[in-house]
Amino acid sequence: MALLQISEPGQSTAPHQHRLAVGIDLGTTNSLVASVRSGMADTLPDAEGRHLLPSVVRYFGNAQPLVGEQALADAATDPFNTIASVKRLMGRGLDDVKTLGGALPYNFEPGSGMPRISTAAGPVSPVEVSAEILRVLKLRAELALGGELSGAVITVPAYFDDSQRQATKDAGRLAGLTVLRLLNEPTAAAVAYGLDKKAEGIFAIYDLGGGTFDLSILRLNQGVFEVLATAGDSALGGDDMDHAIAHWMLQQAGVDASADPRIARRALRDARKAKHVLSDAPWAEVSMTRPDGSVWQGRLGQEEFAALVDPIIGRTAAPCRKAMRDAGIAPADITEVVLVGGSTRMPRVRQRAADIFGRTPLADIDPDRVVAIGAAIQADVLAGNKSSEEMLLLDVIPLSLGIEIMGGMVEKIIPRNSTIPVAKAQDFTTFKDGQTAMAIHVLQGERDLVSHCRSLARFELRGIPPMVAGAGRVRVTFQIDADGLLSVSAQELTSGVASNVTVKPSYGLSDDEIERMLRDSIVHALEDNDVRSLRERQVEADRVVAAVESALASDGAALLSAQERASIDGELARLRSLRAGGDAAGIREGIDALDRVTQEFAARRMNAGIGRALSGHRLDEFG
Amino acid sequence: MSITMTERAAEQVRRSLVRRGKGEGLRLGVRTSGCSGKAYVLEFVDVIEPDDQVFENHGVKVIVDSKSLLFLDGTELDYGREGLNEGFRFNNPNVKGQCGCGESFTI
Repeated sequence: MALLQISEPGQSTAPHQHRLAVGIDLGTTNSLVASVRSGMADTLPDAEGRHLLPSVVRYFGNAQPLVGEQALADAATDPFNTIASVKRLMGRGLDDVKTLGGALPYNFEPGSGMPRISTAAGPVSPVEVSAEILRVLKLRAELALGGELSGAVITVPAYFDDSQRQATKDAGRLAGLTVLRLLNEPTAAAVAYGLDKKAEGIFAIYDLGGGTFDLSILRLNQGVFEVLATAGDSALGGDDMDHAIAHWMLQQAGVDASADPRIARRALRDARKAKHVLSDAPWAEVSMTRPDGSVWQGRLGQEEFAALVDPIIGRTAAPCRKAMRDAGIAPADITEVVLVGGSTRMPRVRQRAADIFGRTPLADIDPDRVVAIGAAIQADVLAGNKSSEEMLLLDVIPLSLGIEIMGGMVEKIIPRNSTIPVAKAQDFTTFKDGQTAMAIHVLQGERDLVSHCRSLARFELRGIPPMVAGAGRVRVTFQIDADGLLSVSAQELTSGVASNVTVKPSYGLSDDEIERMLRDSIVHALEDNDVRSLRERQVEADRVVAAVESALASDGAALLSAQERASIDGELARLRSLRAGGDAAGIREGIDALDRVTQEFAARRMNAGIGRALSGHRLDEFG
Repeated sequence: MSITMTERAAEQVRRSLVRRGKGEGLRLGVRTSGCSGKAYVLEFVDVIEPDDQVFENHGVKVIVDSKSLLFLDGTELDYGREGLNEGFRFNNPNVKGQCGCGESFTI
């Protein structure tokens, strides 16, 4: 029988409806996948028990690409078909890639736009290479969780721009994953430590991996993480320390490795081992076989080790200071420091981070896995496996979104502070007889009048079949994806004609502007309410006047006496003049009066059996 | 009436409760659902209801409401691994048939 996991109280899912969701740390050097099972988030190992999947893909002319350890091992023998560190190419143009320097040994296809790497399997894009890595992780997760994944959260560096994020999302889709959201790596690390449960705070995330160093300063405010500043060094990490130790070993042994790259590789491997040993032990035994077959043996003590690695670790201090300066904070303002990346296992790195920020960093969770674990916790929430009270408020929309309706008013479709992703739909009716198009004006803001809100986009829905006013029904759907992209679509429900537009609502709005828009809405709340009710009455008056006029034009002569006609005309004229004034209550009264004098007329029109489908609607509208 | 739990399952529940930071124990239950009529409930327990029966196994509380107990009497909860997948397994003597995947069953 099936294997079951423990759910939160009241959150058991129906059979076959388990929402399996994973978090994926798609790294430059290694990638991981994690999931929450029975309330515990942990990374998922492969069949050999390995959690880290090297982010390396080897392509073949006539076989499926190979991903992971084996591809990494082949990198030396088949460098042009074995792609590593593809994350550095994500979302970059070919011109950017050239400026990244000669560090990339691949042959790029000529042409402009997205770079494509020539391989035995033909040209491949960075998105496709990433998708291969994701596919392997997806398969691993489906085997481990015993079912199909309903979604994934993929992490990206905080400094990734829109095109790099889009490329990452595309890779996820290409791998057959439903990308619930992209999450900033430092935010994921903070979530893994449960820092999102605090009310507020400022966190420094110190991420020293194999080849890169990233420092992010996050501010948590009412459940929302904001990236205050990022800094780093894209060529600084544990690999540099391995090189420094290997260099020392070669020097001690008196070996020149430039003649034989195999000796250099072996020295690097032994250097890495020595580094790991020195995290706990007072010294590490090292040895090296010289080209002539003689063996050098030595001992690397903590003191020499420190002399070798401290200058490298010291290079992390400048980006930390820069990020704090950019964020406008001092070390004393920082609530917690979180360590991420395998190199932060080294006691000397921890000590350095503690010195820079003046506090002991959080390091209980495996620093290689902490980002994937945070992503898994977020994925579990987004997939709906937790009650809504425990919902992480990671992203909200700062201002309400809506559309313009008759009378220059705004109808809010998605209220401010809604968590994203979110989708909401509302139905609107046509306003005029025979109306064949509807203009959709998308607005952002808290005020009631269009003129006080910010216009985001306009588009038209055309091709509505001619119908009586109110019979055409248009469903307007607002959808904001996890990355804040708003798409608005409109569809006329009887005919199916549709139209849509996509915008980025946050674009070009500063925090100050958002705050001003919010403040204005509170200051002007009562006044806006009065204006709104007046406009509503005016719109209603317009609609009633138009309806009565249309009815008079078609049946007035046949069904009304001269006296009756005169009294209706009188009320019509009175309502028109009231509408021009500014008194909402007066207009209401005028509408009621016109309604009274036309009731008999409406009844006669019905009884006359004039077979227009619209008469029923007319009565409603008078009511 | 009794519900038992293997040492392995108990160990897993203990670890889960520690990681979760709160909880009285583990709720086992049965509800009407799924393609074969009934489905198991496996949840953490924060509040023990008056209607609940509590069984203790290897130091872990198993909580079952009295209606579910009718369908679960004699069940042994186990924890195991199938390939990469691991999770809890109900060895329930009352089950007469189950759907292909075993997630729902009939009594």
